[in-house]
Amino acid sequence: MRFLTRLALAAAGLTLAAGAAAAQTTVRWLHLEQNPAQVKIWEEVARRFEAKNAGVKVEMQFLENEAYKAKLPTILQSKDRPHILYSWAGGVLKAQVEAGVLEDVTAGVGAYKDNLSAGAVAAFAIDGKLYGLPYTVSQVGFMYNKDLFAKAGVDGGAIKTWDDLLAAVKTLKAAGVTPIAVGGQDKWPLHFYWTHLAVRLGGKPAFEAALKGQNGGFEGETFQKAGELMKQLVDLEPFQNGFLGFKNQQALGFFGDGKAAMNLAISSHSATQRALAADKKGISEEKLGWFDFPMPAGAKGRPSDTLGGVNGWIITKGAPKEAVEFVKFFISDEVQRELAKQNFIIPTFKGAEAALSAAFMQNVAKNIAASQYHQNFYDQDLGPSVGRVVNDATAEIAGGSMTPKQAAKAIQDAFKQGN
Amino acid sequence: MSQHSAAAIMSGKPAASSARRRAASDGRLASLLLFLPPALLLFTLFVVLPIGEAAWYSGFNWNGFGSPTRWIGFDNYRFVFDTRGFGTAFRNNLLIIAVSLVIQLPLALTLALILAEKFRGSVALRMLFFLPYVLAEVATGLIFSFIYDGNYGLLASVYRTFGAEAPHLLASTQTSMLAILVVVIWKYFGFHMMLFIAALQGMDRNLVEAARIDGASRWQVLRHVVVPLLYPTIRLSVFFAVVGSLQLFDLVMPLTRGGPADSSNTMVSFLYNHGVSRMRVGYGSAIGVILFVICVTFAITYKRWFMRDE
Repeated sequence: MRFLTRLALAAAGLTLAAGAAAAQTTVRWLHLEQNPAQVKIWEEVARRFEAKNAGVKVEMQFLENEAYKAKLPTILQSKDRPHILYSWAGGVLKAQVEAGVLEDVTAGVGAYKDNLSAGAVAAFAIDGKLYGLPYTVSQVGFMYNKDLFAKAGVDGGAIKTWDDLLAAVKTLKAAGVTPIAVGGQDKWPLHFYWTHLAVRLGGKPAFEAALKGQNGGFEGETFQKAGELMKQLVDLEPFQNGFLGFKNQQALGFFGDGKAAMNLAISSHSATQRALAADKKGISEEKLGWFDFPMPAGAKGRPSDTLGGVNGWIITKGAPKEAVEFVKFFISDEVQRELAKQNFIIPTFKGAEAALSAAFMQNVAKNIAASQYHQNFYDQDLGPSVGRVVNDATAEIAGGSMTPKQAAKAIQDAFKQGN
Repeated sequence: MSQHSAAAIMSGKPAASSARRRAASDGRLASLLLFLPPALLLFTLFVVLPIGEAAWYSGFNWNGFGSPTRWIGFDNYRFVFDTRGFGTAFRNNLLIIAVSLVIQLPLALTLALILAEKFRGSVALRMLFFLPYVLAEVATGLIFSFIYDGNYGLLASVYRTFGAEAPHLLASTQTSMLAILVVVIWKYFGFHMMLFIAALQGMDRNLVEAARIDGASRWQVLRHVVVPLLYPTIRLSVFFAVVGSLQLFDLVMPLTRGGPADSSNTMVSFLYNHGVSRMRVGYGSAIGVILFVICVTFAITYKRWFMRDE
């Protein structure tokens, strides 16, 4: 009898303990950040959030960029999906919203969104509903190694036109310097060339017309011309040997090791190249230059137009409300300034960009603020299927296995095929 | 299931009803009813159903979210055959099969004939040649991507010793597939060698001895006694080599991801690159179905024509 009582007591105790465990909410957060210095800050932010919110635990998960993209559909439909996911907005986000796997957080975010840059927030709104929040924006442009430029006698600040760039490549090559490092195996670093040329040549109207299928769509004049100009560059053999076998990380490391003079980069790569260099130092702040993507002759776009990303956190269906709270905490003035101070990000919280300490990043922040047309990466904006064809086709222009005309046709065909 | 009835099914003879009668009469029906359902259930659940599902999905334009709704008939198959990369992938698969049969198997057989003899170090050498097979495919791919690296790789330093500039094998459409083929041979010849060694050791030595006594030369013994006795193993080896070649995927991904410009895709890596990672489930399923048809056709014909005796 006594034994039975004890058993009952033990059972009751267990139930109570289980009840206490249920009160503990775990927020699962999946990120792609590779820079250990930045991840360390994020971890501290998570711990601070836990300290402020008793009973909430933030669990960080990591996936490498390409692996994440490949796994995303499966992740999103799993029962154990993370609550907070990394996102580049654009067509991929739209497909996810249509599939109903994301949580509408319009109410949860409320007026908080007014603290953030309106343009960036808009990227995460679809049909007036908000599905996530942006924490950083970025610009694509050339970062260059000032020492190598000086060695070849090239002035980075003077590169304004496409012909200037071609001339600089020739001079660098003549001086025995590898002009450009690029991660050709990942393909998207190559698609920047084609996309940015299209942004320059046609501006916003050309892209919008192509989306509507006007002027020949992506097979139209602007996009063929973009391919032809890209081919002009490719024909000079500006890239490192074996560039089609390089992943972007390897290419950034290669640039960070001082083995190539330029890299067409996302602005945040200025920090990444340091982490990926062999000596973990890379090209230092004062040796690292930046110039905006040059203007080709006859360009209809404005020089202030920018290509770049809007990156943020999306909330998946059924996530606890603490997930939204954490994202708001993560994109608070304090945390944004902390990340900006070390030049990891261009912040989206209004005013936090004042904390940027490097002239390099201040300049990028200024560019993005001045831009009236910020084009999201094509491979994200056009959705996973068409976007990857853009990557394929532009990598093939670089590899010489497709003519600009064929590339434009392949992209337009994929766009017409839809899915 | 008895060997007899299995053989009957293989040869397609209408002996099923008599087999059933016999199974019932000697009380094996009970064990059949007891042991078959679990296996059958698992097989249906994890093999037959997914195949059926893939066939069903291949008729849709579907990105994998929710359930498929946009029926497009056979369009996905048309898209697959219209893609230049698929033709390359198919040719690459044929190339892998050819190289497996023409280079890998003879190499494995030669080594097996040498190492099946007992001499100092033969066991150690067998282990050494078998080692690559034990290594995980992805690990092998990574190791070789370091070896092939044109800047820091082992191959690059070999080239540099001779004062030459190292080629970037994985970065060129001309050489990427070649580089993969080398790894395929390196990785799998040990497996086939082991199959042959096992067969050689199980062979009746008296036959070889008898031939020697009759005055046959070493070559004649090999040609007319040993190799004919190995035929069943060779047929099995060829079967493994072909099916393995058709399924090759995890070596390709870490080495080249099928690139540059789709030059080194196999059909499976093509499926992954163009179906899975682009969220084109219908398109991917169509490739899967094509691959399935190829594999099944091969397996059945091969069994019918070459492995009838076993």
